[in-house]
Amino acid sequence: MGDIDYQGLELEYKRSAPQNGTREAIVIVGAGPVGLTMALDLAARGRRVVVIDDDHRLSTGSRAICFAKRTLDIWDRLGVGERMVDKGISWNVGRVYFKDEEVWRFDLLPEQGHRRPAFINLQQYYCEGYLYERAAADPHIDLRWRNKAVAVAQHADHVVVTVDTPDGPYELAADWLIACDGARSPVRRLIGQESHGRVFRDRFLIADVSMHASFPTERWFWFDPPFHPRQSVLLHSQPDNIWRIDFQLGWDADPVEEVKPENVLPRIRALLGDEAQFKLEWVSIYTFACERMDKFRHGRVLFAGDSAHRVSPFGARGANSGVQDADNLGWKLDLVAGGHAPDALLDTYASEREQAADENIMHSSRSTDFITPKSDISLLFRNTVLKLAKHYEFARKLVNSGRLSLPTTYLDSPLNTPDTDEFSGVVVVGAVAPDAPITLDGQAAWWLSQLGGDFAVALICPKAAPDADTLLALAAVQHSGIAVRVLLVLGPDCPDVRVPGVVVARDTRGLLASRYDARDGACYLIRPDQHVAARWRRADAQHLAMALKRAVALPLHEVEQCH
Amino acid sequence: MPLNTQATFPVPDDFYEHLIDAHRDLTTEQSHAMNAALVLLLSNHIGDLDVVTEALNKARELVQVAD
Repeated sequence: MGDIDYQGLELEYKRSAPQNGTREAIVIVGAGPVGLTMALDLAARGRRVVVIDDDHRLSTGSRAICFAKRTLDIWDRLGVGERMVDKGISWNVGRVYFKDEEVWRFDLLPEQGHRRPAFINLQQYYCEGYLYERAAADPHIDLRWRNKAVAVAQHADHVVVTVDTPDGPYELAADWLIACDGARSPVRRLIGQESHGRVFRDRFLIADVSMHASFPTERWFWFDPPFHPRQSVLLHSQPDNIWRIDFQLGWDADPVEEVKPENVLPRIRALLGDEAQFKLEWVSIYTFACERMDKFRHGRVLFAGDSAHRVSPFGARGANSGVQDADNLGWKLDLVAGGHAPDALLDTYASEREQAADENIMHSSRSTDFITPKSDISLLFRNTVLKLAKHYEFARKLVNSGRLSLPTTYLDSPLNTPDTDEFSGVVVVGAVAPDAPITLDGQAAWWLSQLGGDFAVALICPKAAPDADTLLALAAVQHSGIAVRVLLVLGPDCPDVRVPGVVVARDTRGLLASRYDARDGACYLIRPDQHVAARWRRADAQHLAMALKRAVALPLHEVEQCH
Repeated sequence: MPLNTQATFPVPDDFYEHLIDAHRDLTTEQSHAMNAALVLLLSNHIGDLDVVTEALNKARELVQVAD
């Protein structure tokens, strides 16, 4: 079966019967990758969501293309990851060229034993198409096309959005409003907020060409190549034999002239050679800014994705960080809306994702300064680094063609319980829990897929199964009012154990114990967004209950009084 | 560890001669490029951001003060 032409898909506007006095739980503005991911996450938690979008089409042309491992892991949890990966082009390796020589090759996922690759390349219209189809089939999600937010009024316990439609305006009252409406966010403007940051004085030409080529599926980046002197070029492979080429043009380039085929085609021929057979599929010019809103939460209005923060494209930190926003917000809003956690939990959405945005903006700005040096001396150092990189290892670490998207570690989050036991290794409290291959009843499976969308307590026992007391303590945590999944991870030589209500996984290769520094056993509390909230060498019900309360921003003194 | 501004070479004149010799017959442009490479190589060798930052600050101060 061929693929649907998602770029040509016209989404049907349906007249929404005005229902005065009814209140929606959650309204999402914007049905892009972030808004649709947000809707799927909340729907999976049983929340009803209304998604409004001012358009009636999905993404067209060449926009986001690189989707990171973390994003794929999140989409796996929402049931759309497999389809993205099946269609997408998986890659782990990047190469950097200076003039006509390779100076540096990097592997973004050098170790085996992860379900997902470092990246897939996939046109944004496929990404949105798959998310859209999933959302359209979900009875919890009400998608309303050609519904445009034109006014937002905040009240003490709700928000009223005035929505314009082909049949005229109507009012939509909601407990919560999530603005996923992109870089030029109308909602941001409607509540009188703005983004602050740096606008970069450079222009890039995007050309998507269709051709049969034998390049490997890697990210290739050229500094000052002979075919495009003094500027940079980036080449990416996409599905359907489409190749995306980004040509740096400089600030003085004329955006109207540069997109004309007679000017674009010679640039492509210079790269591919005069004999290359290709068809031009898309051309556009972009400039970019690194900026963010000061606060991602304004009362009952929450901002996620480009509406909250923008970065340069180098590093694939735009759509990927937006999907991580949705991942962070979904479980928190669900717990607050359900009355299981205080409103303060939503403040940690803002603080954690503001920190993530700062990290992304920092990396993205640094990449941009390396790719587009702002002075003669900056250019001299840049080119010197590239020359040194061919010979010396230290200089390769300075070559910056984009630091590719990795999930942020929430190091200072108030939801973390700091370590009291010694742990070594790369995982720290606040980091994303790593994946590992496991078996379930003898069947090969992946660890992250077992964590689900609730809190998870993982008891990792490489050598001996836990005693009855430990298991009783684990069982008790499941009755604390907040859904918790308990998982037992047994080493290859442990005798089998069966505990009602507990997932028993087998760490057949010992990779999980190694990645979690659990060779002598460990107990991890993992948040619904798969970030580590707390960990100990031994499971202790009291410590676990306390850490769980902390991880949902509940006051801790009530637990202490239970002693 | 602060930046050491006391003399460290046993024979400072030897170092200075090597430095000048190394730039011999280069154009000014080449010399600038060589100095850039030198800064990168030596900074990496020092490997202490505080020390390198102190050196950068002292060097910048020097060129911003009128003679």
